Amino acid sequence: MGVVLILVVSAISFVLLALTPGNAAQALLGPQGTHQEYLALRRQLGLNLPLYEQYWNWLRTAMAGNLGTSVISGASVGSQISSRLPVTLSLVIGSLLVSAIIGTGLGVISSVRRGVVDRVLDAIGLVGFAVPSFWAGAVLIAIFAVDLKWLPATGYTPISQSVSGWLESLVLPVLALSLGMIAVIAKQTRDTMLDVLASEHIKAAWASGLSPSTIYLKYGLKNAGMTVMTITGVQAVGLLGGTVVVEAIFAMPGLGSLLVNATATHDLPVVQGVVVVFTALIVAINLLIDLTYAALNPRVRTV
Amino acid sequence: MRNPADDRGGGLLLHIRDLTVEYGQRGRPAFRALTGINLDIGTQETVGLVGESGAGKSTLGRAVLGITPVNSGTIHFAGRDITDARARERRQLSRELQVVFQDPYSSLNPTRTIGQTLSETLAVHEPLSRRELEARVHKMLARVGLPPDAAARFPGDFSGGQRQRIAIARALMVEPQLVICDEPVSALDLSVQAQVLNLLRELQQDLHVSYLFVSHDLAVVKYVSHRIVVLYRGRIVEEGDAAAIYGHPLHPYTQTLLNAAPVPDPVRQKKRREARLAQPGDPANSTPSHAGCVFTERCPHASNICRTEEPHLQESRGRTRVACHHWREIAATHNGRAADHEDSDT
Amino acid sequence: MSAGFLRRLLRRPVAIACLVYLVLVVLVAIIAPIVLPNVATQNAGNLLEVRLGPSLHHLLGTDDLGRDVLQRLLVGTRVTMLAVAEATVVSLVIGVSFGLVAGFFGGWIDSVVTWLGDLTFSMPWIVVLLVVLAVFPQDLTATMVVFGVLLSPGVMRVVRSAVLAIANELYVVAARVSGLTRTYIITRHVLPRIAGAIIVQAALVAAGALIGESALAVLNLIVVAPAPSWGGMIADGVNQIVLDPWLIWPPGLAVIFTILALGLLSNAARDASSERWSRPAHIVKRRTRRGGSAGQNGIGRLGSESEALLTVEGVTVTVGTPPTTNLIEDVGFAIHPGEAVAIVGESGCGKSVTAMSILGLLPGTVEITSGHVVFDGLDLAACGENQLRQIRGSDIALIPQEPIVSLDPVFRVGTQIADVVRRHEHCSRRAAKRRALELLERVRLPDPKRIARRYPHELSGGMAQRTAIARALAGSPRLLIADEPTTALDVTVQAEILDLLREIQTSQQMAILLVTHDWGVVADLCQRAVVMYAGQVIEHADVSSVFREPLHPYTAALLAADPHHASEDELLPTIPGSVPIPGRWPAGCHFHPRCQYAAADCRKAAVPVISPRNDHETRCIHHEDLLATA
Repeated sequence: MGVVLILVVSAISFVLLALTPGNAAQALLGPQGTHQEYLALRRQLGLNLPLYEQYWNWLRTAMAGNLGTSVISGASVGSQISSRLPVTLSLVIGSLLVSAIIGTGLGVISSVRRGVVDRVLDAIGLVGFAVPSFWAGAVLIAIFAVDLKWLPATGYTPISQSVSGWLESLVLPVLALSLGMIAVIAKQTRDTMLDVLASEHIKAAWASGLSPSTIYLKYGLKNAGMTVMTITGVQAVGLLGGTVVVEAIFAMPGLGSLLVNATATHDLPVVQGVVVVFTALIVAINLLIDLTYAALNPRVRTV
Repeated sequence: MRNPADDRGGGLLLHIRDLTVEYGQRGRPAFRALTGINLDIGTQETVGLVGESGAGKSTLGRAVLGITPVNSGTIHFAGRDITDARARERRQLSRELQVVFQDPYSSLNPTRTIGQTLSETLAVHEPLSRRELEARVHKMLARVGLPPDAAARFPGDFSGGQRQRIAIARALMVEPQLVICDEPVSALDLSVQAQVLNLLRELQQDLHVSYLFVSHDLAVVKYVSHRIVVLYRGRIVEEGDAAAIYGHPLHPYTQTLLNAAPVPDPVRQKKRREARLAQPGDPANSTPSHAGCVFTERCPHASNICRTEEPHLQESRGRTRVACHHWREIAATHNGRAADHEDSDT
Repeated sequence: MSAGFLRRLLRRPVAIACLVYLVLVVLVAIIAPIVLPNVATQNAGNLLEVRLGPSLHHLLGTDDLGRDVLQRLLVGTRVTMLAVAEATVVSLVIGVSFGLVAGFFGGWIDSVVTWLGDLTFSMPWIVVLLVVLAVFPQDLTATMVVFGVLLSPGVMRVVRSAVLAIANELYVVAARVSGLTRTYIITRHVLPRIAGAIIVQAALVAAGALIGESALAVLNLIVVAPAPSWGGMIADGVNQIVLDPWLIWPPGLAVIFTILALGLLSNAARDASSERWSRPAHIVKRRTRRGGSAGQNGIGRLGSESEALLTVEGVTVTVGTPPTTNLIEDVGFAIHPGEAVAIVGESGCGKSVTAMSILGLLPGTVEITSGHVVFDGLDLAACGENQLRQIRGSDIALIPQEPIVSLDPVFRVGTQIADVVRRHEHCSRRAAKRRALELLERVRLPDPKRIARRYPHELSGGMAQRTAIARALAGSPRLLIADEPTTALDVTVQAEILDLLREIQTSQQMAILLVTHDWGVVADLCQRAVVMYAGQVIEHADVSSVFREPLHPYTAALLAADPHHASEDELLPTIPGSVPIPGRWPAGCHFHPRCQYAAADCRKAAVPVISPRNDHETRCIHHEDLLATA
């Protein structure tokens, strides 16, 4: 499924982009170029070949690991992507971890100690769902960077340069991305835990005298874990979209901003490359989720 | 109960021959739910279908109703072959063939009133005015012992026993000839069960309807049925007159079934239990994978021929047929113990 | 859409508020550009009044080009709402139609549609949208249409699973058997049920589209300047974040409030569409009960009380916050070591509540409000949660009704038993494992090692129940409470389980409290019977006396209604009327409206338990009349 997805998505984007009026050759030459030069450049870039042949060429070289070179800048697509990948990965993995840990924790606590925490969670859940991550990012910038000047507003410091700088540059964007996800995961965890805690086998567990911590944390959480995992997986797909915009807001040199720029300038190879990498990321995350789910749920395994 | 099958003139209502139903999924070996079933039901007759879980009794009912597809064999209803009947034919058939399910809580649409549920079945088959429909609905409600204002209420307002009566009302609105009753009283309390069983019997008298009564409870089946069919793992192991089977079971499985079911009488139950425990027999577990009798693994009387040759239904003395190689020898030794069951025939 | 659903929806004030808000937004979208025609083309306002905060003149301030923010916000509603509507309509049309088709027709159609849906769902939406924008630059409509397509699988999945769930429900099957056509079934039975789910999805899609439009505007890929849109205004605000942080707030709050309204509306729609389903209450930690006062008369003083292992005396259990309803009242009986006692009755009589109350396993607002449950000298009814936890499993253990469901589905059964062992014996993990295997052997399971490694769904009903019994024995209890332990099992398996329980009873001097509705089981296993009706104990005696000579009309009638005693030629004797539910119990004797021996004194006052024979209690003051006619 994953492989098919990558193929389909790359094919679609390839076709769409190639069909656009105006292409890279024109963009490079500008309005001054003569028609001769245009045709020559087209042939040189391989743009005169039929569409399926162009795609096949691209696919072949891509499978070999070469994603081509940027038409606009001349730099290799692969190198551009690999230099920017750590940024996006830091954001994505960071947000997933933060949201999963805090969200699950909040959800479990709220399911065990009912009352005020419940209402607060419901409210946070609604708000978290309603506030777009990029808007939250802008607000965070306004408060923490402009007003209080505690953290940098923009930019990214690679971990190789300075660990504390890396962390500092990540705090606000990760927070912006996580707020919504924490709310959703916490609410989902709580709802699932409540359902699990009302089930027959948990009642039987109480009857056998097991301690509350065993029941909540061992039996309750494992049963609830499966649903929570699935929700997290769904959230992860939406997370990538949010990452693109957050990178723009915080001016972080990640894959997202690369894609946006390349789209604006019709830089076909770069767009293709980033599209493939993004899709591969989604496939990888889904695979991880599926594996974890199978590890948790024995009924899936025996099939 | 006198057996009206003896004096039925005319053709059979339901005639099943050599029915086989398999369930299968991609890549998995098929599971045989029913093998080579022959079954007949006449007019105003109740045939009880007995067996434990996995016997295939629900499957048989569903095959007749067309809910489950059939692999081989034929089903004839009132002379017509309905084995592969399509949707349109099924709709016409529904005038004569209806169903009452086990679960009184999910067999009625919770968002429709009782009146709507009862009238929509009838409206399909008869062009009646709204007033006539209403009248028929009220008449049927009265017959099943519910007040006329029930028509305006929703299933949620009624108890399990009342809902089951509504389900029976729905099935009988069109005055069908045969109703498949799939464990209709299994989910009901004892006193409610008695009310519903009485209702079924009364309606049989009034409307001359036949029932295929599927159940796991032998005592109930014996009470309502003229004839009993005992299923084990998709095969008929014994069938015949209800009282005869209950009083003198000949197949080892039927005997096991009867011996295992406790009777509400402590003194008798103790004796029966001791007799049961005196007999060796393996617990219900294994799946047979050989060609012979399905019951071999659990049968205390199994021998070599049982493992290799599948027994066919043979006439026994009395009004029953049994599929067992050794039924005569078993009957001879069992006669002493049969006295226990005869006591129940008072 | 069924009228009932709409009615239920509109009964919620939250839903009404949301609907009102959304209608207002739509109205503004339509009217504002008409009333304020110049705003859309306004390139700049009064350049002397840039970046002003809120004031009387400009209620929401001005932007960096001096334009009034409030006016732009109102006019911009149309562009934004149009975009949202496009995406929502497209996704609903595609999602609902494909979902209906896939769910109802099944087979290969279903597989293909589902596969396509999964594929579409997995596509990174922003990437695809960016590509679309690369092809059709600045084209908001094209983008939103594609967005709608990308979001449609969510709708399709929900519609499909709703259709599948309903199509398999018995009443639809019954409808098909009744001869109703497929179209009729879809329109009258299926669609009304999924209306709620569709509304929920529509709200979610709309919310997503709103965020999407804003996101694309922030990325400066959709610039419809100078015409305002909410997303565009957020983009402007982000650009000005350092100089004028206020600018992001008005459009941001507009987006947030609209999404909130959509979200709350979808929650309300989801609640309104499910049938008054209330989540089963989960067991709450018990507060320490004040020592209950002894009940009126129901004292289980049968047998020699000093030897009794468990004595239940005058117990009343109530539910709800005041005013409370009694679930059982004045219940009393005793169990001696090595004795099997049955609590028999029909559903609603309170037998399960009685059993659960002994262990304090009552959910939510259900609690013991009076009486004593004396076990080994300790009144369990007055114990706190901590004390009860000591008792559970180690002195008194529970065998629940449905074996497979009562075991945790994601842990191996061996682990579950070992956990209980470790809890009660405080031993090492290895020792606990050994003991778990011993217990599995004790309950006569063949090949305990293999069973221990299995998961509950891999066991048959009988094996699972034996496992549950093994777990119950893990703490070496002295009393087993078995709540309908064989109801879900085949009759041959039931016989084996009863044999096992009997064997445990005799070899370990184990007391058993068996809750059941099956008189045959009572006759087979138990020495004493406690008969319950409508929350009360109405008869209590040794089993042979109850069967031979019942001293309460209900017991007699119930025994008579059993098909085992039936005569073929007659109808079964039935009890007129039906069981009253808690809260509707008649005054006086709970059974009198249905009783043929009822007299005036039965209606007047609560009937006490009396003991007309040695060791035989009854709650009937006219039992002599009953005996006379028997």
